[in-house]
Order: sequence, then structure tokens, then C-alpha cells
Amino acid sequence: MQPSTQKLIHSFAALADLGQEVANPGDFNDMVRTSLHLLLGTLAIRRGAVVECAGSDDDLGCVAVWGLGHNYEQSLRLDSPEREAFLNGHSLELGTEQHNHAFTGFLTRFGPKLRQQAIELVSPMVVQGKLTGLVLLGGKATGEPFSAGDLEVVRAMVRHIGVGINAHRLLVQVEQRAEENRRLYEDLRAIYRDTVRAFAAAIDIKDKYTQGHSERVGKYSEIIAREMGWDDEQAEGIAIAGYLHDIGKLVVERDIINAPYKIDAKSSNELNRHPVAGYEILAPIQHPYADIPLMARYHHERLDGRGYPDGLRGDQIPLGAKIVALADSFDAMTTDRPYRRRCAFPDVIQDFRRNTGSQFDPKVVAALCRALLKEIRGETRERRILKMLGKDYINSDQAIPALLELLAELDWEPHSVAAGGAQG
Amino acid sequence: MGESTGASIRSHCIGTTAVVYASDYLNKLTGEKIERECRKQLDGGCRALVINFSDTELVNSIGISILLGIIDIAERNGAQLIFSDLNTQTIELFQMLGLTRHVLLARDEEEALTVLTSYTTQTSTVGH
Repeated sequence: MQPSTQKLIHSFAALADLGQEVANPGDFNDMVRTSLHLLLGTLAIRRGAVVECAGSDDDLGCVAVWGLGHNYEQSLRLDSPEREAFLNGHSLELGTEQHNHAFTGFLTRFGPKLRQQAIELVSPMVVQGKLTGLVLLGGKATGEPFSAGDLEVVRAMVRHIGVGINAHRLLVQVEQRAEENRRLYEDLRAIYRDTVRAFAAAIDIKDKYTQGHSERVGKYSEIIAREMGWDDEQAEGIAIAGYLHDIGKLVVERDIINAPYKIDAKSSNELNRHPVAGYEILAPIQHPYADIPLMARYHHERLDGRGYPDGLRGDQIPLGAKIVALADSFDAMTTDRPYRRRCAFPDVIQDFRRNTGSQFDPKVVAALCRALLKEIRGETRERRILKMLGKDYINSDQAIPALLELLAELDWEPHSVAAGGAQG
Repeated sequence: MGESTGASIRSHCIGTTAVVYASDYLNKLTGEKIERECRKQLDGGCRALVINFSDTELVNSIGISILLGIIDIAERNGAQLIFSDLNTQTIELFQMLGLTRHVLLARDEEEALTVLTSYTTQTSTVGH
């Protein structure tokens, strides 16, 4: 094989390896060092370094070095003339007598030091019209000067290394921006949650008998959803839906909401407007969770189609709305109202038994019963439901068999604790 | 005569001469292992190194760069270095790139050891 052909094949193979190396998103320093290795090995150059423009484009710091000692440091500062020359793609050959005039100042400042280090060639890395850095190269093992062909190979490989460094910088910037966006998104979500809580408090203040109702419905809904296997994101969403389910009451007369007796048909119609009013308030808002307005609209729908406002039946009702509906009823039954005291727990179980399948979804009722059972048995880290129900509301000796009996009727198998799946 | 595999790089010592065996493809991974092994042998008191390329079919650019580094290390330590058992293609590559200006080549390990034994002032390439 002719030496020139062999040299060409060797250079092509190195260029192919270099392309693969700079495209590797792994360790940056390793990428630059390996790329320098490849360049040096292509022309059998015994020493070299890669200096990168850092901070200001005029300051360059060493990022990879080979054959110049482990403690090698090279800080270069570029003035305008040499910077322009490098930007225009001119290399600087220290071994030759004749130089581009633009390099005069650079040679005065750094020439002696670079020659002392046996650096013979300084080649610029220019990517998209910007100077990314410089590659400093020592002499070839042959002892011959760099040929025109050698300089072409160096230029091509140095450009590759520059692209790799530039790609890494862009990746770092993208990662930083993604992190900033993530933090902003978290902040926005926190603001959203605080705003929703404030709304919930505003809703409940209007109804003097049901203070804390919205917040409790949110919490019960979240507990039921988690028991049904919903993930964190979905569980947070249903909690928000619970907080806001009664937001439509803001447009209902305060006297109707606070009537200390059973209201008449006209007032009842007025009160029953609140799911649609809630939907209309919530629909124009872009919520970070799915279907919040629909859960407000449908939280008074029933499986048998006798609910309102749309008389939906069975699977027409979103699962989230079924959860909020049960949480709403559970809180209504377990808190005092203007015209009645709260129900005893056995009566709540009885209500569930009577209305499951017609008003409530059996899977949702089973999930609430399971969650309650776990808390009573002390199987959970927190006792969130029991805390909301208040001390002494539940007699565990009576509640556990009652819950197990109801669960058996609902076809629940004692070992399938995490039954059910997430749905919007 | 001690022998070790030095993290998959085979080597053995004969007196103060270490013979290190290069693998079939001399690239970044295997090159760095050879470099480490050479350093280890020199740090352990060896005064001469033979790198045996009998298994080596291909040397890439990083391999060349690492071999230049080993030449530097040997020079700095005042140790002699001989490459042996190279195939024709690798010899041509080393000649073309100028490595043969800095290191002796021997036909085989035996010749390399003979040269090192009798070596006093010889600086020219032997064999090939």
C-alpha cells in the first residue's frame, strides 16, 4: 500500500472515531481528552492541549492536555487582532519565520512560553462564527514540519472538537433552563394550590354551617383516589377538584345556603344551579390537572341518572366526579348541618349500603371503606380520615365488622387492597 | 521470572526487563491498560520494556498517541524500549508516522531480549 493511501485511511478512520466521540453525550472532559488523543495519534504528534474560551470570549483555559505534564496550565488572553485572525480560521505555525501580522502581539506575549513547551501549531476552533477555543499542538514524531495536507487534517479534526465542545455547552444551557423551568413550574403549582385553598376557604366562609367542608372533601377525595391506585399527580388533581367542587355556591344567595331549615323547591332549584355555575367559573381557567371543571359540574350526578345537572348515568359520569360525590356526601353525613346533627357512623354505613349502585359507585365506596379500615386498624402512617371525623366518632369494635361486612357485600376480596385504577 | 495479567494485559519480567503483551486491537481502552502496565513495571524497577505486538492486528489513532506517551515515559525514566512481533501493516504505519525514529523494532521477543542484553551504545533500528 502506498504510504499516502495508508495515511489517508488512517486519517479517515480517526475522523470517523472523532465523529463518534464528539457525539457521545457522556463525560465532557473525557470527550475532549479522547478527541485530543485522536488528533495527536492521527499525525503522531507527541504533545498537545485544548484551551477553551471561558467566561469572556477573550480568556482561554486548558480543558485537556497530553504530553505536557499533569500539572500543565495554559491561560491565554486574546487581543482583538489575533482574535479576528483565529475567527477567520487562520492557524499560527510557531516553527515558521513568516507570520500573519495579526499574530505579532500574541507571539510577543505567549510565543516564548509556547516554544519552550515545544508547541509548534495553534489551530482555532470556530463554530457557527464564534471562537470556541484553540488547540495547541507540538511537533510530529517524524520531525518534519506540518505539510499542507497535515494542516487540512488538523483543521477538519479541530472543527469536530469545536463542535463537540459547543454541543456540550448548549446541552449545559438547555439543562440549566430546564431546571429553571422546573423550579418555576413547581412555584406556579404551589401558588395555584395556595390560591385554590384560599378559594375553598372563601366558599366555606359563605356557608357558616359547613366551614372546612371543601377542604375536607378535597382530602377525602385524595385519600379515596390513592386507595384506588391513582398516582401522585392524579391524586393532587382530585384534591384540587374537591377543594373547588362547591365554587358555584359563590353565585347562590347566602340566605339559601345558610337557611336553618329544609329549603323549598324554588330555593332548591337555585341551590342546584351551583354545579353548572362552578363549571362555568372553572372552565375558562387552565388548570395544571385534568378535568377539574367537569368534576365540579358532575359531583351531584348519580349512577341511576336521577342526579343533576345533566342526569348522567353510570359510566357517563367521570370516575373523578364519582369520587368527589362520595367524599361530599360522606362529609355531609359526618358533620352537623343547620337542620340536623351528624349521622352516627353505623347510619353512614347503612346509607352507603342503601345507595351504593344507585347513587354511589361500588368501587369508590369500597375504596373509602378500605382506607377507613386501614386507619382504624393502625395500618397507615397517618390517620387523616379519623382526624377529620374527630375523636370518639368511630367505635372501632363496631366499625371494623361493619366495614368488613359492607366490603363483602361489595364483592371486595380482603387481599385485593389496592384494587381499582386511575381514570380521569 | 514473575508473570501477571495486569487487568487483562499480560506481562512478565526477566531480570530488569519487562515484556508487555499488547492485545489484538490497540485502542483507547487497551492502550491505557498497556500504558498503566508499563508505568507499573518502570515504577517497580524495570530498566527496559519490550512491548510484544504478536496478537495485535490493528492500531488506531488513540493507540498511536498512547504509544507516543509510553515512548515519552521510557525516555523520562532512562529506560530502553523495544517493540517486537509487529505485522507488516503496523510496521508500515509506525514508519509512516515516525514512531520508528524513537523506538527500536525487533523481529520477535527473543531478538528484542537479545538486543537488550547486548545493548550498550546501539541506537539504530534492528530487524526489519
